[in-house]
Amino acid sequence: MTRIFMWLLAAGFAATAHSAGARADEKFITVASTTSTENSGLFSYLLPAFTKATGIEVRIVAVGTGQALKLGERGDADVVFVHDREAELNFVAAGYGVGRREVMYNDFIIVGPKSDPAHVTGTADAVGAFKKIAAARAIFLSRGDLSGTNAEELRLWSDAGIDVKKDGQGWYRDTGSGMGATLNTAAGIGGYTLADRGTWLSFKNRGDLAIVVEGDKRLFNQYGVMLVNPRLHPTVKVEWGQAFIDWLTAPAGQQTIAGYKINGEQLFFPNYKPPSS
Amino acid sequence: MHGTSSILPLRLEALSFVAGGQRLIDGITAALEAGPRTLILGPNGAGKSLLLRLCHGLIAPSEGRVLWGGRSLGEAWVRRRQAMVFQHPIVLRRSVRANVAYGLALVGVSRLERRKQAEEALAEVGLSTLADRPARALSGGERQRLALARAWALHPEVMLLDEPTASLDPAATRAVEKVIAAFDMAGTKIIMTTHDLGQARRLADDVLFLHKGRLLEHTPAQQFFTRAATAEARAYVAGELLW
Amino acid sequence: MSEFTEAFGTAARLIAAGDPELVGIVLLSLRVSLSAVLLAAVLGLPLGALLALARFPGRTGIVVLLNAFMGFPPVIAGLVFYLLLSRAGPLGSWGLLFTPGAMIVAQCALVTPIIAALTRQLIEDLWLEYREQLKSLGASRLRAAFTLLWDARLSLGTAVLAGFGRASAEVGAIIIVGGNISGVTRTMTTAIALETSKGDLSLALGLGFVLLTLTLVVNGATQLASETLRRRAG
Repeated sequence: MTRIFMWLLAAGFAATAHSAGARADEKFITVASTTSTENSGLFSYLLPAFTKATGIEVRIVAVGTGQALKLGERGDADVVFVHDREAELNFVAAGYGVGRREVMYNDFIIVGPKSDPAHVTGTADAVGAFKKIAAARAIFLSRGDLSGTNAEELRLWSDAGIDVKKDGQGWYRDTGSGMGATLNTAAGIGGYTLADRGTWLSFKNRGDLAIVVEGDKRLFNQYGVMLVNPRLHPTVKVEWGQAFIDWLTAPAGQQTIAGYKINGEQLFFPNYKPPSS
Repeated sequence: MHGTSSILPLRLEALSFVAGGQRLIDGITAALEAGPRTLILGPNGAGKSLLLRLCHGLIAPSEGRVLWGGRSLGEAWVRRRQAMVFQHPIVLRRSVRANVAYGLALVGVSRLERRKQAEEALAEVGLSTLADRPARALSGGERQRLALARAWALHPEVMLLDEPTASLDPAATRAVEKVIAAFDMAGTKIIMTTHDLGQARRLADDVLFLHKGRLLEHTPAQQFFTRAATAEARAYVAGELLW
Repeated sequence: MSEFTEAFGTAARLIAAGDPELVGIVLLSLRVSLSAVLLAAVLGLPLGALLALARFPGRTGIVVLLNAFMGFPPVIAGLVFYLLLSRAGPLGSWGLLFTPGAMIVAQCALVTPIIAALTRQLIEDLWLEYREQLKSLGASRLRAAFTLLWDARLSLGTAVLAGFGRASAEVGAIIIVGGNISGVTRTMTTAIALETSKGDLSLALGLGFVLLTLTLVVNGATQLASETLRRRAG
């Protein structure tokens, strides 16, 4: 009886340990990125090209921007690839990240019900649109999850001079979830929300939603990539992580980014500019 | 080590058991010698089963002591030389043979020897043909014989039996009594409780008569059934209800 | 409602086509859940049995705690193990984070209380019945615990199945410690969560049907096995 017990215990531990051991001899990096980037399908398109060129596998952990930065801070990722410039600069200033480069941008759009109760359709000014939505007390869904999208949304409210905490009762709804879940909710109850174009283009549950505002330069969504500081976390795979960053900002990577399309539409616009020395 | 030492006679010295404020066993003193089949009789609630459990060490006495061959139940070998069979036999969820082998495994018998000795014990009680059957599939009488085989395989000096046939039909009862008689013939001391007067008459050589936790009589069977000393005993033998 | 009919179709097509990505996800799900349950059983069965037979001060408290942990929120377990296995955490050097190993560990922690608590109750009830006979035969409490475990094996099988149900259905813990990495730590439940967040509800539901089919198959196989054992050993 005890013998069987011991064998089973050993088998269980073997199954677990197998995972840990395997890591050491595989060539891969862990990149913390966002759910919206993952959901746009960019990585499925982009990463095979990188792996083909370098033989390095890229493992994407897709979470909210806040969580992605946390992973970098704690050394659980080698590279952080998100889209919240302010948060990224703070990350570098705090010493958690090094060698930040701007890689590409996509844009945010405001989506809402086709019936458009706040009459914002066609407005080129995002801040103006937000003012109209608040005035009409039309239902607005916020991601409320410290993501890049959420940060952009809060900046727009701030610029519109609206305090959603004070004046949002009844119409401002905080879903505390990712882009897809928030869009699901917006489609379900007919509300407005701020979304990134990438997620929207590949989102299949639109229901009655449509783009109501787009094109404002304020809705510019800049992506940045950083290496997690190896002096803080010696286990960071510096050589391979840097290879990824280099490839993303080299012509090969930049062209591949531009080549990603959904329904013929380009999603991301490469904009890396080497520092002029 | 203690192979040749006997655990008999069994001496009970002012044995008492108190529970819930009640004296369920009250100052019992007796000595049981090797040889005669001792039956413990008395109406229901007299304390027969309790007394047996005190003797076997399943329960600790509140007062007094139990001495087996002058030794206490604290010594493992004293416990090993006795085996008990209960009214409702507990059989494990495995084969008949494996049930008997279980008892042997507990005392450290090797695997091959266990199988052999288990089969010998099963032959003694007439269950050889059922050796590979799941024990749970046996009838009540067969299960009790299995319990007897399991106890017998340990070659105890004393076998304690607590109302072993109370739940069985007459045919099964007969089969079990036959086995008990065979064990007695082979030299095992039998100490048994029963509330069945007929069974008592059939089996007893020596009688302990209990009433309300007290030992009223300890007499040879012949004398007990014809000329009991106490009024309660005489009433009991006559088939009257005691309270 | 059309999502349901679409989903059936999706599920059927995925299974029939033997889509390699789906196969990989299914195999990983089985590997993680079965390993977790195996470990949890090895830890939980003896723990439950010994707790059933032991008497010590504070025992009731432990029993209550164990019962309560049956409902331990998976997402909290995920968070706790993330903090433990993170590079910045005490066990970071094990390199388990974002691997199936971390998922197995987290699920094992969730499932062990279920198996232990159910085992404790089953064995305690059985002990009441068997206690005198086992004591009379000279079994130590430790020996008795294993005897009872073996005797109760059919009922305990159901307890282990309950544990498997919990493991194969949960997502909160494994998505945090596994990272839902494509081809590495993406299981059925995390894939369903992903497709839902992408708004691809029919695919998510379709994967859900595949998962349910898997669970049914495992339960069916177990029932068959236990009936065969029951016939053989009574």
